[in-house]
Amino acid sequence: MSLHTVSVLVEDQPGVLTQVSSLFARRGFNIHSLAVGTTERPGLSRMTIVVEVTAKPLEQVTKQLNKLVSVIKVIELEPAGSVERELALIKVHTKPDERFQVLELAEIFRARVIDVARSTVTVEVSGPPAKVDALRELLEPYGLVEMVRTGRIALGRGEHGIRDKLRAVAKDVETG
Amino acid sequence: MAKTSEKHSRARPARPQPTARRAAATQPATPPKAGTRLTGAQSLMKSLELEGVEVMFGIPGGAILPAYDPLVDSSVRHVLMRHEQGAGHAAEGYAHATGRPGVCMATSGPGGCNLVTALADAYMDSIPVVAITGQVPTAVVGNDAFQEAYITGITMPVTKHNSMVTDPADIPRALREAFHIASTGRPGPVLVDLPKDVLIKESEFVWPEEVDIPGYKPTTKGNVRQIREAVKLIMAAERPVIYAGGGIIRSEASPELSRLAETGRLPVVTTLMARGAFPDTHELGLGMPGMHGHYTAVTAMQQADLLISIGVRFDDRVTGNLATFAPHAKVIHVDIDPAEIGKNRTVDVPIVGDAKDVTASLARELAKAQEERGVPDRSAWLRRLHEWQERFPLRYRQEDGGPLKPQFVLDRLYEATNGDATIVSGVGQHQMWASQHYRFTRPRQWINSGGLGTMGFAVPAALGAKIAKPDELVVAVDGDGCFQMTAQELATSTTENIPIVVAILNNGYLGMVRQWQELFYNERYSEVHLSQTVPDYVKLAEAFGAVGLRAESPDDVDAVLDKALSVTDRSVVVDFRVDQGEMVFPMVPAGASNDDIILGPEFVTPVDDPAEAPVA
Repeated sequence: MSLHTVSVLVEDQPGVLTQVSSLFARRGFNIHSLAVGTTERPGLSRMTIVVEVTAKPLEQVTKQLNKLVSVIKVIELEPAGSVERELALIKVHTKPDERFQVLELAEIFRARVIDVARSTVTVEVSGPPAKVDALRELLEPYGLVEMVRTGRIALGRGEHGIRDKLRAVAKDVETG
Repeated sequence: MAKTSEKHSRARPARPQPTARRAAATQPATPPKAGTRLTGAQSLMKSLELEGVEVMFGIPGGAILPAYDPLVDSSVRHVLMRHEQGAGHAAEGYAHATGRPGVCMATSGPGGCNLVTALADAYMDSIPVVAITGQVPTAVVGNDAFQEAYITGITMPVTKHNSMVTDPADIPRALREAFHIASTGRPGPVLVDLPKDVLIKESEFVWPEEVDIPGYKPTTKGNVRQIREAVKLIMAAERPVIYAGGGIIRSEASPELSRLAETGRLPVVTTLMARGAFPDTHELGLGMPGMHGHYTAVTAMQQADLLISIGVRFDDRVTGNLATFAPHAKVIHVDIDPAEIGKNRTVDVPIVGDAKDVTASLARELAKAQEERGVPDRSAWLRRLHEWQERFPLRYRQEDGGPLKPQFVLDRLYEATNGDATIVSGVGQHQMWASQHYRFTRPRQWINSGGLGTMGFAVPAALGAKIAKPDELVVAVDGDGCFQMTAQELATSTTENIPIVVAILNNGYLGMVRQWQELFYNERYSEVHLSQTVPDYVKLAEAFGAVGLRAESPDDVDAVLDKALSVTDRSVVVDFRVDQGEMVFPMVPAGASNDDIILGPEFVTPVDDPAEAPVA
């Protein structure tokens, strides 16, 4: 079992998120994170789904995903060939004498302080998921009040986009 | 009321004639003039007409009421069923029999929910069905309104696609896409949910001539290189078997299958979903593989060195224990659904494409290869298969004056109908006996619920098939347990004048479950006894306006069948009181290897001939 990042280009229609997520549920996969948003094209949304699976059942799920009429394209993004980012908001409990240490950690991680209250500091950190994990770990001893993460988003490296791959596939089919 | 009955007497011919059907199929209605404004309900009916729909099956209700009004003036025949499940199965039966999408319609809430089983059935067996459901008005959707159910959510996992239309102007496109998706690629059910206000509101009717769905582009042409690879494997194979599935029927590939088989002298097994795709009477036809398949079909696959799999999905009922299934075989897998390829069995040559197209290419390329390099000599393999067929046929013992054997009924039915009837079955022992003992010679002659295993399928599906093929004799071979699940549709058969023959193999038990309890649960029979005498099927038939007959001994069978087949103006139900303890053989116990096939009590000597030993 390992984490895989799947990028799914879908038509922006009601019910699509349920269709996609229920396919994972039906095969017994736990979705590690899921991020959805608009894309460069109106009417199209892109989901970045991180799942914990072995390769073979993942292939079955991507094939099943491809069969959904509202799904335009599914690709797996290999870590080496893609850039991945995540954003987290972390609210840390800070005693007055600890605040400086927390701010210093935030500084090192290029995290921004976005809210300060009498006994808490909220920082915004973004980067590869491992970086977010690292900051979280370092802040934990101070007492995490709450945290929210966007889930991973990712794009393939290089000049081409997911829709180029789509065109390439279409060509492949035509030429046999 | 008056309006409805008037419509029926006027627009519905007692028995639709085939000429009328052809007309409906070849001369579709024309779209209305540009700028024509129609209500959503009128748009719906217009769209159905433009799709060439000749008949639909349904039951009206509150939310779908607006759609039933323009139906009065429509050329589409509506068959009023007694339960929505019946409407769904009738639509399936129609689609099974014709290949064209079957259409069913139901109201919101319970209406749609009652369609679910039929949709799941159509999804598993890849049957093109378009289901239209009413929905509560958009203003109260999500409000737990009266008869509201989230039907697109409920049917999501059992439909190929579904959608709720919120703008009446979208109805023509939604219907056009529904028919396109249902009937192309790997066929399946599509549901269109129409809120009541959308059915009532007017909009300009625009019929989309082209269908372009970005996320739906099925691959139909097989990859040329892969086809050449496949032919290489076929040329090299010593013990090849064509494993033909329901995809052959769905893509009308029977002629191509015959060409491929005859070109290479390749033996063919036809799965439960493909019975009739290749004639059982053909010397290369080995019958059905699987849990209750013919010995030769099952064992041929076990010993084959090549499986040419077309339109199949390596279902567990065919493979038995996957780890020991066809252990010596390389696999060519042709399927239009890429997700089926490699799902259960690792494949040597995968070919994504339409079965008809790919099978034709395979036959053509194989003929070319054989011309250049000669036809491989596989006479030893074919001889071995024919020996098995002779030594291990289906066997049962019908004693004179003894209890009536269900297999005997089917053999007599085969003779009485000259092997020409369309047979529709439910699920269980009767289904297996029918699939074994009736010899099928043409595609669409065998209609049953395969993947989902839906009891109660037979009677409504037979009605759908009969409407599609009014000139054919349609016989529902049913079990007593199955029959009681949808028997109410006999009323439909009478009032809509759709005459079928229902042959109930009545053993008074949920027979297949009983068989498993006998074999695998130490004969501890738990909740399987129904009663052979309750209900009285003869009286029940009569109550529904059908003819009721009964046969209790082997001597009765021919006379009763003759009588049943002589009735053509109404349905006939025959209560065949068969041996309560009869079991289906051969049998591969669930999860066991296909090598451990049990031939049954009529074979006293075990299979110990060295010829049968697995090939290393």
